[in-house]
Amino acid sequence: MKTQVNLNINTDLVRRILTGFIRSEIHRMGFERAVINLSGGLDSAVSCFLAAEALGPQNVLALRLPYRTSSPESLEHAQMVIEATGVQSHTFEITPMVDPLIEHFPEMNSLRKGNIMARMRMIVLYDQTVAFNGLAVGTGNKTEILLGYTTLYGDSACALNPIGDLYKTQVRQLARALGVPQVVIDKPPSADLWAGQTDEGELGFTYAEVDKLLYLLIDERYTPQECIEAGFDSRFVHAVVERVRKNQFKRMLPPIAKLSNRTIGYDFLYLRDWGT
Amino acid sequence: MKLCLALAQINTVLGNVQKNLEKHLAIIEEANSRGADLVVFPELSLTGYVLQDLTPMVACRPRVDDPVFAPLLAASQRLDIVVGFVEEDVRNRFYIAAAYLSRGKVLHVHRKVYLPTYGLFDEGRFFAWGDTVQAFDTSYGRVGMLICEDFWHASPPYLLWLDGADLFIFMSASPGRGVTGKEVLDSSRWVNHILRAYASLYTSFVAHTNRVGFEDGLNFWGQAALYDPNGDLLAEGPAFEEALTLVEIDLNQLHRTRARLPLLRDERTALVQRELNRIVSDRTHFSGR
Repeated sequence: MKTQVNLNINTDLVRRILTGFIRSEIHRMGFERAVINLSGGLDSAVSCFLAAEALGPQNVLALRLPYRTSSPESLEHAQMVIEATGVQSHTFEITPMVDPLIEHFPEMNSLRKGNIMARMRMIVLYDQTVAFNGLAVGTGNKTEILLGYTTLYGDSACALNPIGDLYKTQVRQLARALGVPQVVIDKPPSADLWAGQTDEGELGFTYAEVDKLLYLLIDERYTPQECIEAGFDSRFVHAVVERVRKNQFKRMLPPIAKLSNRTIGYDFLYLRDWGT
Repeated sequence: MKLCLALAQINTVLGNVQKNLEKHLAIIEEANSRGADLVVFPELSLTGYVLQDLTPMVACRPRVDDPVFAPLLAASQRLDIVVGFVEEDVRNRFYIAAAYLSRGKVLHVHRKVYLPTYGLFDEGRFFAWGDTVQAFDTSYGRVGMLICEDFWHASPPYLLWLDGADLFIFMSASPGRGVTGKEVLDSSRWVNHILRAYASLYTSFVAHTNRVGFEDGLNFWGQAALYDPNGDLLAEGPAFEEALTLVEIDLNQLHRTRARLPLLRDERTALVQRELNRIVSDRTHFSGR
């Protein structure tokens, strides 16, 4: 008897809150514009639609940053999102930035190459925030953040993240409501760091399955044993729990060694929105 | 007797008391021009909510010689005002407080008694606990004020009721939580459940204001509300938007409801006290602090 997990969201309510968040957090920092890396995937498409709705499409710059092995489909899908939202856009191939470093180390594996690409994309993103005079909008969802399926200082780098409290399953619901092109909603999720890469292939389980488990563990505070009793496979549960723990470092600012009477993050405590 | 109540749900600038004060004065002017007798602002309306180490910098004292309260007290000559602020007492402790201002005087100050310090809340780190819950007299009858977590414990509203309050003024800066398939957040449903319960059980008017806006990733959902002694919703502010919601209440509804449902008449205060004394004295069943 498997416990029913309801991940349904009211998309109008979510849209209302998230566009308000984007508008508020960008305006109070003295900006009116946003820049976003558009991968052709679901998450960046949703973030792009939200930013366009919040700020006006003329105030959003979407960047397509392919590497030579990036799938042509991803570029096409990103272009569909650009056209559907009416945002400004720029395409820049990152191959000449990436290849000299990769070629320097003949033994380099996929993980290192993927990290380099993600971080190069972030260099371009942040450069364009200055050129466009906007803030970088993040595209990471709650599932990825909890599983650590992000590149530190790569795709997780941003000034604000509208979808970081939505599981992948919920992002998909929101995408349908926003009018994200159906082909983007339907395709298998991928970080698109190498040809044929899919998230679920790497993770070893589907987002739909892990979202339900994460919802029970995190939102409903079930113990691992209670999740097993709810019908999840024991090895799956323990693997996910351990993965969440091991990736905590990606969710935190690096710890500062406390020496003084007042240390940033420990007893120097202010919101980012301080004074605004 | 009729009371025209204005529920102000505002956005604030975190830590900028002067800007927030200017907004208060503008809204008070609007409330007055629309015929309000009393305007109620949300919790910490002069400062913003997640203050942390800003707390000592934004604190003030509810006195006529305080530069923040002077213009508010002047404005209260025209209509009664309830504001949220950080109070610094004479020995430099800081409280989340609410002040009722009327005809140039501070009629009452309530200091938040329950400071949530769990989950995303951290109030007990920065603030001192209030230690009184008291009703007070106004031109419109006897009133009680509570701040957010205070009304999540049954005891403070009960004390106000016994102390003679017929109008309960609740103020919040409640962060939005719990997105589901429903049209409103869980946090909004939770609050409205208990507002209605208090109005019904104490056969009294219950007014609630909640701020709007964002602080970092927190959203504040507004939806100011007024419930009558029958537990009926008389007015509701919009979600997530600044608004001034005016509602005229007929205080004589108290007479009609209490004739129908004499809960106040039948309340056995001495029994409660007797049983509380027994419970508190009994160390084998320890309940609360």
